[in-house]
Amino acid sequence: MVLSTEKHQLEQLLPAKTEHKLSVTNHRNPFLNQDTANNNSTHYALVVKKDCPTCALIEPVIKSLADHSALSLKVYVQDDPSFPANLSGVIDDSTLEYSYQQGIEIVPTLIRFKDNSEEESRIFGWEKKQWQSFTGIDKLGAELIEFKPGCGSKTQDPGMEEVLALRFGGQGLQARTVELAEAEDIMEACYDRGWSDGLPVVPPTPLRVMRMLKGCSRDAAEIIGNVPPDNVPCSIEKIAINAVMAGCKPEYLPLVIASVEAALQDRFCMHGLLCTTYFSSPVMVVSGPITKQIGMNSGLNALGQGNRANATIGRALQLLIRNVGGGVPGGIDRATMGNPGKYTYCFAEDESDEDWASLAMDRGFERRDSVVSLFAGDGLQAILDQQSRTAASLAKSMALSLRSVAHSKLFGLADAILVVCPEHRRVFRESGWSKEDLRKALYEELMTPGSEIIRGAAGIAEGMPKKFKDKILNKFRDDGLHIVTTGGTAGMFSAIIGGWVAAGERGSQIVSQKL
Amino acid sequence: MHSPTTLLDPTAELQPSERQLLPRLSSIAGATIGLLDISKPRGKEFLDEVQKHLEQAGATVKRYTKPTFARIAPTELTQQISVECDAVIEGLAD
Repeated sequence: MVLSTEKHQLEQLLPAKTEHKLSVTNHRNPFLNQDTANNNSTHYALVVKKDCPTCALIEPVIKSLADHSALSLKVYVQDDPSFPANLSGVIDDSTLEYSYQQGIEIVPTLIRFKDNSEEESRIFGWEKKQWQSFTGIDKLGAELIEFKPGCGSKTQDPGMEEVLALRFGGQGLQARTVELAEAEDIMEACYDRGWSDGLPVVPPTPLRVMRMLKGCSRDAAEIIGNVPPDNVPCSIEKIAINAVMAGCKPEYLPLVIASVEAALQDRFCMHGLLCTTYFSSPVMVVSGPITKQIGMNSGLNALGQGNRANATIGRALQLLIRNVGGGVPGGIDRATMGNPGKYTYCFAEDESDEDWASLAMDRGFERRDSVVSLFAGDGLQAILDQQSRTAASLAKSMALSLRSVAHSKLFGLADAILVVCPEHRRVFRESGWSKEDLRKALYEELMTPGSEIIRGAAGIAEGMPKKFKDKILNKFRDDGLHIVTTGGTAGMFSAIIGGWVAAGERGSQIVSQKL
Repeated sequence: MHSPTTLLDPTAELQPSERQLLPRLSSIAGATIGLLDISKPRGKEFLDEVQKHLEQAGATVKRYTKPTFARIAPTELTQQISVECDAVIEGLAD
């Protein structure tokens, strides 16, 4: 249905292509002086639309220009070829092909051509003296008011630019086109071709992709890297196509591109992450001004459903890896269970506390930078603590829960993101703690004698190898625990996003990409 | 006026753009093959013969019958076949 609306819209906007040739030299108007009849005449083209009051005002001017023996005029009308009234030979430009090729922005526009048909000069709107000198006709429009600005050309209607670029621009979309059979349902067709993550996708029509590409200033053909697992070169255009399918708005595209660039950083190890039998998949944390500019959710239900930007930006990366990279569940993706975040897992940081560093700042960026960070992570584990009123108590409480990442007896294996809710952050801030103080307290709290967590300890076969028996171990690698804040202001519920059990240089490390 | 719907391929374009058939069985031996009788006259005799050949090739054969050749198979029947069989042969002609 979506596409048929679009087609309908296209057909409404643009009547079927007319056959007339657009070269200004080969159109013959029997009522006007032509170059064949008078080699000394000056050639003009006038583009008007009936709906424009200025064009309506100058209707008598158009007639007197057309009747003038010293010049040759072609009149192009964008909306109604019966305008101007009683003038023959008016050229119907309702396809807007001529207006588009001439770059008309305002009607009326009067263009003067040199003998070789090259444009010499143009004027637009109505300014009596200017028109008189431009045409060399002293009394032109003498009875009219001195000045009236023109109207927007129909080529400038909202959304028309991409329609016309597709139709007449010879623009450079390079992706293969897929033509559907008449009986195919467009939504089903996308499923049938294996393009979907299981949910409906927005059909990637050329027009939608053109509009998506307007969201960034980069060349559609630019290759930004090879997407695993098939290591296929990926263009901005392919990212735009998948962003369309995910449901993104064009203004999200720079962020989607940055997320792909982040995923392709070697330290992120996207290939291995995709292949793993473990739960993990990219978790996207967005920091900085972009989150507000595109309306991302960092408040109530920030990790839940309901916000278009959060939902579709995370999904776009997943679809890209599926479609361009070829990473399909049951194929290269060997996850035992996966996790629901493999549809989409993207949220914005709450940065309402100026003195609490964002994840991007922890990673060397500044508050004013817009940054997307990718973490190889799983689902969400709650930390409920409604009793702690001191930072010390709350930090111990969180540390205790953090032990459960992957397994309470496995240390240094998986990284984690600690998602601090605003109410818990308030507890830390009221105790005078910074994020660094919290990180230090967690580190100290998570130091553990190896004897407690080696294999067999506590009657549990799983655990650290026996060689760690006499060591003191920390739950997380250095730089393995990341702290972010997001969520609504009510509720003392923080959370843990556990990481892939191949953390660090042997697997995946958190990556950040500035927009 | 009908104009065909055109989409842009979101993939790496490593596969043909036409819809692909499902993967074929690599071997009949050990597979469960359904034989769907579409209820045309003499279908049974023909499919009996097909069954014999399939069993000689090592397949297990299950037989199904459509209520009428004039209509597509009921959903329950196609679901039953998809659960019980690795592949199905549907007789289409008299």
